[in-house]
Amino acid sequence: MAERILMKGNEAIAEAAIRAGCRHYFGYPITPQTEIAAYMAKKMPKIGGVFLQAESEIASINMVYGAAAAGMRVMTSSSSPGISLKSEGLSYIAGSDVPAFVVNVQRGGPGLGGIQPSQSDYFQATKGGGHGDYHMIVLAPASVQEMASLTIKGFNLADKYRMTSMILADGTIGQMMEPISFEDAEIESYDKPWALTGTGMERKHNIVNSLYLKPDELERTNFARFEKYKTIEENEALYEAYRMEDAEICVVAFGIASRVAKNAVAAARSEGVKVGLIRPITLWPFPKKALRQAAEQVKAFVSVELNMGQMIDDIRLATECTRPVSLCNRTGGMIPSPDQVLESIREAAKGVN
Amino acid sequence: MAVVFQKPHALTDAVLHYCPGCPHGIIHRLVAEAIDNLGIEGRTIGVAPVGCAVMAYDYFSCDMLEAAHGRAPASATGIKRCRPECIVFTYQGDGDLASIGMAETVHAAARNENITVIFVNNAIYGMTGGQMAPTSLPGQVTQTSPYGRDVNHCGWPIRVCELLSTLEGPEYVARVAVNNVKNVKAAGKAIEKAFRNQVENKGFSLVEVVSACPTNWGMTPQKALEWVESDMIPYYPLGVYKDRTAAKEAEQK
Amino acid sequence: MAKVTFKTDLCKGCGLCVEACPKHILAIAKDTINQKGYYPAVMTDQESCIACAFCATMCPDCIITVEK
Repeated sequence: MAERILMKGNEAIAEAAIRAGCRHYFGYPITPQTEIAAYMAKKMPKIGGVFLQAESEIASINMVYGAAAAGMRVMTSSSSPGISLKSEGLSYIAGSDVPAFVVNVQRGGPGLGGIQPSQSDYFQATKGGGHGDYHMIVLAPASVQEMASLTIKGFNLADKYRMTSMILADGTIGQMMEPISFEDAEIESYDKPWALTGTGMERKHNIVNSLYLKPDELERTNFARFEKYKTIEENEALYEAYRMEDAEICVVAFGIASRVAKNAVAAARSEGVKVGLIRPITLWPFPKKALRQAAEQVKAFVSVELNMGQMIDDIRLATECTRPVSLCNRTGGMIPSPDQVLESIREAAKGVN
Repeated sequence: MAVVFQKPHALTDAVLHYCPGCPHGIIHRLVAEAIDNLGIEGRTIGVAPVGCAVMAYDYFSCDMLEAAHGRAPASATGIKRCRPECIVFTYQGDGDLASIGMAETVHAAARNENITVIFVNNAIYGMTGGQMAPTSLPGQVTQTSPYGRDVNHCGWPIRVCELLSTLEGPEYVARVAVNNVKNVKAAGKAIEKAFRNQVENKGFSLVEVVSACPTNWGMTPQKALEWVESDMIPYYPLGVYKDRTAAKEAEQK
Repeated sequence: MAKVTFKTDLCKGCGLCVEACPKHILAIAKDTINQKGYYPAVMTDQESCIACAFCATMCPDCIITVEK
């Protein structure tokens, strides 16, 4: 029987990162994710790793950029306003094709907003976040176990594809405590011949850079990067399907919204509504294929989100607007109740009958 | 016949893109000479700025990172903390180090980050066409101070060495110039010391190099170096502003 | 015997070497331009050179090699 530890969501990320071989954490306090920094501050010195509280979120993402360029598994964590500060750094990391791991434990926005959970950084995460054409692999845990397993997966994917993996969590899962296990964790290792390690006077110097003043060269790097993204979209999209076999209504939700939605789906089923749930686990790459297939079967979709309607756009795009998609949402730190989601399901069902 | 002076190994064969008479070339050479003299090229990693020296990654033979504007000390921290055996240096202009990057500069110094920072102060933003810098002199005409820098409107220039010398953190803070042969040789010594301090794990070392921008100052290279002597150096006096080891040794005597 | 070599095609004609030379034996060419279109620095009296390397010290483009 696998060893299970009771952990808080935020701390599970930190512990999983350490197990994934991350020995460098640079961050800055911000609610509701500071437990990650605090955990790292305690653990890293004990295992010969580096914890440094930077002077700002801007400084910490640039420290991550440096350590990543030097070939190390490195991470930072923050919450919504802090992630905004990191946008430029994330764009540089993408444009330089170095791997990094970033955690956003979302809070209410925009602006200083609130400290209660939200999912209102979906656009920011999935459309890149910073300037220019690029993507990050965006992973959306819906349980403390997934906070851990997706962290390990995130480090592997970042190294494999030389890009940023972002955990897009919310304050609820961050604060939640659940029993988890690390035993199935598979740590993958990738060579980094491009890394800045010192030439040793044995090789030509490596340059980690995102500046290409010749437009045809810059265009080439963009096209090449998007070829890579195409491969990722074909191979790395992850989702969970719940009671979709004979569904006529499909609820789509991630993170904490998916847990509430699952309760509502179960309740709706007991009322005789043929409803199922598709839970994207990777928000980028979005599980487009699964939704396209669902659109051939179901009559309507319901997007359940803690924002003003962001993932709903991607559902419409993936299904090419062939089915009606309605929004069931709360924001500002409010969370939809199972009853509210159930009502939306009933509305959607009424709409198609 | 013995070679008395040649291009250092730590400089590549890439042709420098700088304007005629721009002291960046001299300062790059002094950094490369320090790297050669200390025999550290194989384990040196440099961090290039945003500014005229953005392409420094092509000019140095060691591994190089292109940092975001102002963030070189943070990226250098990231590299040094995970590869402490490497010698890490940043090379930054006045906008990079003293404007947008002021927080990163002060905090790296305060943390006594064991890195070497080369600060090129030419009192103007060269790359973007000659705008006012935090080190532009009162009355100095630039593209964004077309009537001369008015201290009543936008305050006074920042003296970085003096500022950083008030912190406990830094090991070595010095200001040099490259406007004549004597100053260039002294600058070379200070830069080599700043690298040697890192090799000896002594901590944060910054050398501010009072430089010039003939193109955006609207002067010939010769006149620009004369202006350094007549106007820049009086405002930014040369000297050692902090030397923790020397101070400790003096105390013990 | 001192020998100063210039990589003439990389010279930008800035004149800092001319200014620095204590023997005043360097000059900016008046009649020839180099590959880049600059009037390059030239040696006018190699015999008088003392290999002080002041010219090379001030050259921003590292085009001067000094031998003795």
